[in-house]
Amino acid sequence: MTDAPKTDEFEINDYIRLDQMPHFLCPGCGHGIALRALLWAIHELGIDKDKLAVVSGIGCSGRLSAYIDANTFHTTHGRPLAYATGLALARPDLHVIVITGDGDSLAIGGNHLIHACRRNLNLTTMMLNNEIYGMTGGQVSPTTSAERYTTTTPAGNTEPVFDACALAIAAGAGFVGREVTMQVTGLKNLLRDAIAHDGFSFVEVLSDCTEIYGRKNDLGNSPEMILSQKAQMRPEAYRNTVDVPFRPNALKTGILARNARPEYGSAYRAMTAGIREKGK
Amino acid sequence: MSNRMNMQGNQACAMGAIAAGCRFYAGYPITPSSEVAETMARELPKVGGTFIQMEDEIASMAAVVGASMGGAKAMTATSGPGFSLKQENLGYASGAEIPCVIINVMRGGPSTGMPTRPAQGDIMQARWGTHGDHPIIVLAPASVAECYSETIRAFDLTERLRVPVIVLVDEVIGHLVETVDVGALTPPAEVSRKLASGPADGFEPYAVTQDMVPPFPRPGDGYRSHTTGLTHLPSGFPTQNPAKAKAALSRTTDKLLHHADLIESVEASACDDAEIVIATIGISARAAAQAVTDLRASGIRAGLFRPRTLWPFPEAALKAATANARAVLVPEMNQGQLVLEVERLLGLNRVHRLNKIDGEAITPAEIVAKAQEVLA
Repeated sequence: MTDAPKTDEFEINDYIRLDQMPHFLCPGCGHGIALRALLWAIHELGIDKDKLAVVSGIGCSGRLSAYIDANTFHTTHGRPLAYATGLALARPDLHVIVITGDGDSLAIGGNHLIHACRRNLNLTTMMLNNEIYGMTGGQVSPTTSAERYTTTTPAGNTEPVFDACALAIAAGAGFVGREVTMQVTGLKNLLRDAIAHDGFSFVEVLSDCTEIYGRKNDLGNSPEMILSQKAQMRPEAYRNTVDVPFRPNALKTGILARNARPEYGSAYRAMTAGIREKGK
Repeated sequence: MSNRMNMQGNQACAMGAIAAGCRFYAGYPITPSSEVAETMARELPKVGGTFIQMEDEIASMAAVVGASMGGAKAMTATSGPGFSLKQENLGYASGAEIPCVIINVMRGGPSTGMPTRPAQGDIMQARWGTHGDHPIIVLAPASVAECYSETIRAFDLTERLRVPVIVLVDEVIGHLVETVDVGALTPPAEVSRKLASGPADGFEPYAVTQDMVPPFPRPGDGYRSHTTGLTHLPSGFPTQNPAKAKAALSRTTDKLLHHADLIESVEASACDDAEIVIATIGISARAAAQAVTDLRASGIRAGLFRPRTLWPFPEAALKAATANARAVLVPEMNQGQLVLEVERLLGLNRVHRLNKIDGEAITPAEIVAKAQEVLA
């Protein structure tokens, strides 16, 4: 469903609302890097901005939609996938992309995420995982690492974390991937493949919250946080090139699942066309 | 054109929606409203529409608003606990001015309550259920034919005014089967929202227009606008500027005042000479209509006042209908909700209550007995 791919150089100013600058993200926040990678992928796919719809939830990630020069919808906390489901079903001509966060899609919106994976409607979800509720001042989230300090885990986090990609794969998502913001080109390529995928695609971006989470846990400045994330990842592409996997306990990055399943919108429209044909 | 058929109230809501041009329905199973979803699941594909059963009540309301953001006429239906869960995204639709229709078939509450039993306990929730000060329209049909025609009117109002419209049905009306002449009820033309047109450059999605209803920028038409649940400027982007926030919120409230004549709909029968006016909605109004006939036969001059548009409440119409009445009786299947509005407008002296909360409908005999008691 992609348009003619563009080969000219990506210029981010062509895709953002300059009148909304300066943006409100904190210095060092990884969300801007992810936004750039997303817009770069959109550019490479040649998607018409008029046909692009971006739906976001609530939180720091939710604010990104306002900066994109497209049809943008900043919805309610945890619900962007449910809004996007209605929008994509009503308007199959649009490219619908959801931007969400770890709290937005794994806590309050967890039910919508697993059912979106199961349903396999043609949507792309970019989940920005910064391990924290940043907007509300730094509370524990379903992906906050063990023992980390947050305002609601003053003695350190004792809850286990969600592996968002494993959850999405288990729930049936057709395309699942993960990347760190350090690898901008890799993230752009991953998002490009996700958007081009016919069906539901889920991309987890490991982002950094330097200002609140990093400061509270003494994780260093933004470059230090990003480098440490990179040091903990294990690119899935290397899986078959080494005898013994290095960093066996680290998070895998790259494309983690890709399988062809019937896309829900097409399947529904084929079914209803059959009903109308019979009724003639 | 006559097209008489037996129809159930819930089915009539669904068929009215389709007649009004509804082409998207998202819902979740709940008693006693499930027939609305079942009818939509069967009928929407025939007209090229989309039905989806979502993972929960919250998601179904969100999907309805999402479909409408894409330009589709969209609806959901629910009851009891489901109506509570709808409130979050209903508030979004109210704040962002996204047209949508919600059928709420009232059952016994609170909580799971009495799922198969009728009640009228959501009168105040329908008005104030979602947080914050917000505009909303609530219609209250009292027959199967009105389930059909009021759902059509709900779509007309939501599309014309860009404000969510709730059709407040009770379990008795929702499950009642009556003969309906659908041909006579179908409107001559369906109403659709005014779409943005003209240059995209400088377009403001929430600009103040003469009729206070901003034209809708349909995705794909080149406007690339922003929609948010945050309090927003005419540009669509958030603001916390006190004067601008006040202006934005005032417009959506003033919008309904500006279109009050379009919204208001009441039935006032035999009220002119009435010594007692019975004011109520839904199945209680059907019982009240019979009670008025019975009271008149016994020599008591009774009248019926029925706000077909429940919210905004038809204040002047109630005052006019009760101008000559010694007493006003408000029968309702709750512990006193509609009566609060009647008391607010008419004072406490001549307003009387008749409440029933046992899961049974109020009977004409109970209304007659109470009327005789208050006039004695």
